[in-house]
Amino acid sequence: MSRLRAALTPYALIFPGGLWLAIFFVVPMIVMLSLSLQSGSVEDGYAFTFNWHSYADGLANYHDQIIRSLLYGLASTVLQIVIGFPVAYWIAFKGGRHKSVYLFLLLLPFLVSFVLRTISWQFLLSDNGILLGPLKDIGLLPEGFRVLATPFAVIGGLAYNFLPFMVLPMYVALERIDPRVLEAAQDLYASRFQTFLRVVLPLSLPGVFAGVLMTFVPATSDYVNASVLGGTNTTMIGNVIQNQYLVTQDYPTASALSFTLMALLLVGIFAYARALGTDDVLEVAAR
Amino acid sequence: MTEIQAGPGAAVAAAPVSGDVPAIELDNVVKEYVSHGEVVRAVKGVSLAIAEGEFFSLLGPSGCGKTTNMRMIAGFEDPTQGVVRLHGEDVTNVPPNKRDINMVFQSYALFPHMNVWDNVAFGLRRKKVPDAEIKRRVGEILEVVDLVGREKRRPKEMSGGQQQRVALARALVNRPRALLLDEPLGALDLKLRQAMQIELKRIQREVGITFVYVTHDQSEALTMSDRIAVMNDGLVEQLAEPREIYERPASKFVAGFIGTSNLLSGTVQQVSGATAVLALGQSDRILIPSDGTLSAGQTVDLTVRPEKIKIAKDRPEGDLSVVRGTVAEVVYLGTSNSYVVVLGDGAEITVFEQNAHDSTITAERGDSVWLSWQPWHSYALR
Ligand SMILES: Nc1ncnc2c1ncn2[C@@H]1O[C@H](COP(=O)(O)OP(=O)(O)OP(=O)(O)O)[C@@H](O)[C@H]1O
Ligand SMILES: [Mg+2]
Repeated sequence: MSRLRAALTPYALIFPGGLWLAIFFVVPMIVMLSLSLQSGSVEDGYAFTFNWHSYADGLANYHDQIIRSLLYGLASTVLQIVIGFPVAYWIAFKGGRHKSVYLFLLLLPFLVSFVLRTISWQFLLSDNGILLGPLKDIGLLPEGFRVLATPFAVIGGLAYNFLPFMVLPMYVALERIDPRVLEAAQDLYASRFQTFLRVVLPLSLPGVFAGVLMTFVPATSDYVNASVLGGTNTTMIGNVIQNQYLVTQDYPTASALSFTLMALLLVGIFAYARALGTDDVLEVAAR
Repeated sequence: MTEIQAGPGAAVAAAPVSGDVPAIELDNVVKEYVSHGEVVRAVKGVSLAIAEGEFFSLLGPSGCGKTTNMRMIAGFEDPTQGVVRLHGEDVTNVPPNKRDINMVFQSYALFPHMNVWDNVAFGLRRKKVPDAEIKRRVGEILEVVDLVGREKRRPKEMSGGQQQRVALARALVNRPRALLLDEPLGALDLKLRQAMQIELKRIQREVGITFVYVTHDQSEALTMSDRIAVMNDGLVEQLAEPREIYERPASKFVAGFIGTSNLLSGTVQQVSGATAVLALGQSDRILIPSDGTLSAGQTVDLTVRPEKIKIAKDRPEGDLSVVRGTVAEVVYLGTSNSYVVVLGDGAEITVFEQNAHDSTITAERGDSVWLSWQPWHSYALR
């Protein structure tokens, strides 16, 4: 009896979550997959016809946006590492007793809605707004200078919006480093820089790795930043999909593009995990 | 390398006996920490000199400042006051990576992301030793600590004892002029601990470098060290050879901390020649060597080691210290019996009796017994 219970317990534990995923994740995926293989039009309705042309057409028409999305996602991820690492490092090693306060401060802006935050960036960066206006008035910037509608605005917005998801895992990895291990490095003749390079950095890589996974995917498929901060030349694939769904109502194309993006991201993540997700990387870094 | 001949004078002398420059020297070192706005005096003025090639132990109860001392020698803490010298050179303001000594941490502090080989090679690589030499020296030291064939293992894939040996190899491979070991065997079980004690001693003899060894295990310190500094509350209570510390503890604290010792006190009744007689009760008397500083009427604290005391049913004859008491407890310890005897004034005396002849015990609980010992086994405390 108790053996039976022991055998059933894992299933009982997974049941609520499993059911949730089955209903709200697997079912929509199947619906989407079937949508992407339908043909027809908004007026006449769509029917399932194994029409894989949506994929071919989607790729042919929107490969620019797909590549741009991947590039923006990548650029914003790199930017987040560059900005986020020192922050995580500082909180972990210099935060002292107030670490949790600093972490809270880091998360504070993110209690405001994603869209609202992005709109406030639009306000900040507007052509004659509070940031650029004064600079133009005193002649530091030319009259025609703008940040909005450029890739910089979109990449900057993406980096800003996903930053906590980069900083938190890096912080966790850094925080877990035993200070004695750093002293041991110094004791073994490593300078501060060498200690950082040979010990701190490799030991923080799992955090960076997790941070990249958590930010690259949502940044690449994001549409809010490009639509609020970008212009016609910075359209990302998320904007195209959103447009196809809600404006053109070409569901098969929208679904096919979604799956294409998903497949690309999956391949990218697996390649990335294969290349960097093992301990061997750390070993090389340690030499 | 010089021989250590710490004579009787070493008990008071902070400087080593030979005329050589000491390997490590603390000169009136004070360390204060500030925590939560309060000043903690962890080390309150320690002076000691450790000779080249010496196995030197810092012994003392938890929180007495052993680790703090060690961290100042290694360079992880700046002394609030005083000077640290290594081989005669003032290094008080020299960072750890520029000091020619290595430390084995209490928790080992191995690099978790590196295998055994890379851990051990770390110091040599930082010193830009040529690859061929690194290969040779790392190979050699791994042989010394018996870890050949485990080069590719990560620390987490090894037992505590193996990790300990990696930590040792990682420090030794650099051939530092001195090695600091902060309770390196603290995490090991008794058997492994004893095996590693022998191993450490052997390695120290083989490589012939100065060892500074921190422990709060007195038997470990007694068996391994050339000299011991017994610390208490931020100060060195006694600095001497193990035998000296054991036989002639300099203070009540040392006597109580090292081994089991019986603390007694009595008033000097008379001094006859080189022996003073202390009265305890009616029939009790304690004889104690008198170096001329004892005089009648004076109160003396003294200690007697449990293994020096004989226990008997009848009053023994001769010029002995003799006290009478009642057996409160008998403990069979295998190789010996241990008795706790309560004297008339309530003092408790522990006695060890070798299990040499037969397994019968001399007295049972509740028996009235006589304890006796030779005059020179009474040791007066300052
Ligand atoms: N960083 C610090 N901040 C404040 N107080 C400290 C600090 N480090 C040590 N102390 C205090 O200094 C005293 C000596 O500490 P230390 O670590 O040297 O003791 P120890 O002899 O090594 O003890 P143990 O045998 O437990 O390791 C203790 O009272 C300790 O609380
Ligand atoms: Mg300690």
